[in-house]
Amino acid sequence: MGPRSLAFTIFVHACALLLAVVILAPVAWLFVMSISPAADLSAKPLHWWPQEADFSRYKLLLSTVENSAGAAFTAALRNSIEVAGMATLAALAVAIPAGWAVSRTPSVGWSLSMVIATYMLPPVALAVPLYMGLARLGMLNNVFGLALVYLTILAPFTTWLMKSGFDTIPREIEAAAMMDGANLFQTLRRITLPLAMPVVATSALFAFLLAWDEFFYALLFTSDQRAKTLTVTIADLAGGRIADYGLIATAGVLAALPPVFIGLVMQRALISGLTSGGVKG
Amino acid sequence: MSGPFMTTRAWLLMLPLLGVMIAVIGWPLVDTIGLSFTNAKLVGTSGTFVGFDNYAKMLSSTNFQRTLYTTAWFAIVSVAVEMVIGVLTALLLNQEFHGRFVLRALMILPWALPTVVNATLWRLIYNPEYGALNAALTQIGIIDSYRSWLGEPGTAMTALIIADTWKNFPLVTLIALAALQAVPRDIRAAALVDGAGPLARFRYVTLPFIVGPLMVALVLRTIEAFKVFDIIWVMTRGGPANSTRTLSILVYQEAFSFQRAGSGASLALIVTLLVTVLAASYAVLVRKTAGSAR
Repeated sequence: MGPRSLAFTIFVHACALLLAVVILAPVAWLFVMSISPAADLSAKPLHWWPQEADFSRYKLLLSTVENSAGAAFTAALRNSIEVAGMATLAALAVAIPAGWAVSRTPSVGWSLSMVIATYMLPPVALAVPLYMGLARLGMLNNVFGLALVYLTILAPFTTWLMKSGFDTIPREIEAAAMMDGANLFQTLRRITLPLAMPVVATSALFAFLLAWDEFFYALLFTSDQRAKTLTVTIADLAGGRIADYGLIATAGVLAALPPVFIGLVMQRALISGLTSGGVKG
Repeated sequence: MSGPFMTTRAWLLMLPLLGVMIAVIGWPLVDTIGLSFTNAKLVGTSGTFVGFDNYAKMLSSTNFQRTLYTTAWFAIVSVAVEMVIGVLTALLLNQEFHGRFVLRALMILPWALPTVVNATLWRLIYNPEYGALNAALTQIGIIDSYRSWLGEPGTAMTALIIADTWKNFPLVTLIALAALQAVPRDIRAAALVDGAGPLARFRYVTLPFIVGPLMVALVLRTIEAFKVFDIIWVMTRGGPANSTRTLSILVYQEAFSFQRAGSGASLALIVTLLVTVLAASYAVLVRKTAGSAR
């Protein structure tokens, strides 16, 4: 690139500053709300910075005193971790063999295309039968039932990521191991899977984020602390008659921490996953 | 190893995935189709066969037509704005300036924020009594009294679109930026030597490289926007006066609030058909641009 004029340099920096403010201001405000005393948040004119930082809401939400906001929040946190964890493991369990099969035997690839095409289905198209089915199985308001439903979203996506990952591992390596007398299972376990570990990890993180983020099915299929996830609990808080907006903000910050942390640390892997055509729901 | 053996083995390995997909997607979808021809309720009666009555009723209802219009407006405006801002910010982040790596890393923030947290955050910002937007606009002097941004039909949709755009444009940025970084420097240099201006360079050098990934982003974002539920449910529940009610919200109300499983199912399938047609026409468009861009 040729030398740039001073005016252009200033213009670029000004735009960059504007972009940084646009991205950061809402997130920063969420955090400021979470540490501002309620009086500061309802003051007019509004106090943009708390006179004294107040972290008590974090303590409140993470406490497990019965019948408190903390009990509901920690239960939801546990449910979210359980549901997202189980759904991720189950998705990987079906995605790894299927992804490998499609990668090595392209003639069955059309079935994966069909599976991926289900991305177009709006969840409302499946919701009524899933609701009735879970009710019949006694699995409404149940973390296992919800994790099972999450496979509708997670399984196609992880299979597709795994397939692209296996595509980058040369099949000659597998052929060499087979030649040495290893059977298929041994070859996959000792040769292919270790090489594919980065892709497995990326797929697992994506799957976990998708499940952590999910709201629609959780709203429909859970009704109390036994299965309600964080997203539903936060939506309840936001739509309820809570006078302390700082508490809602605190719940939001806590729910956002894991995905934001994963996003920042795993940036490179996530972006390569995103740009190869994937997307978070 | 011969072909048929490989194929059989592949199918065996696909079996768990296909089994799960049939259980959680295939069967429910078939069941939804069956339900859509009945007057079943969500609980209790399994209903009787009513033919295409549900479809006829839904398609001719003004509720549906108005909701379709609302959904299209939300999808078109938010996706268009996201694409434009996304490409512009990608071009910016592709320049050399101090702190560009930090800024690139920050772009992941809105994307990583859970949709419900984003919706809650903006709901607090738009709050009619204590919201930051009211406070900021009053303190600058743009408005003299607090307004109910999400409570008035005139502003609710725009407020929603801003919240949705803020969360989703960084995805377009990241996709476009990755594509921009693949543009060979010597082609740019050659265009510069040939005297091409900035606009010509963008149109003839840069655009052909990023149009493919951008089309993919466009398709995915449009499908997402047509299916939108979460952000609207948390921020407005489709109100005020149904001014932000999209198709997914309407199906939810029909099937779960009013417990009319039959007509809810028919409506859900109409939405599915719309999304499919949209995606298919996009696919044709993608193939065409991929063919003509280079």
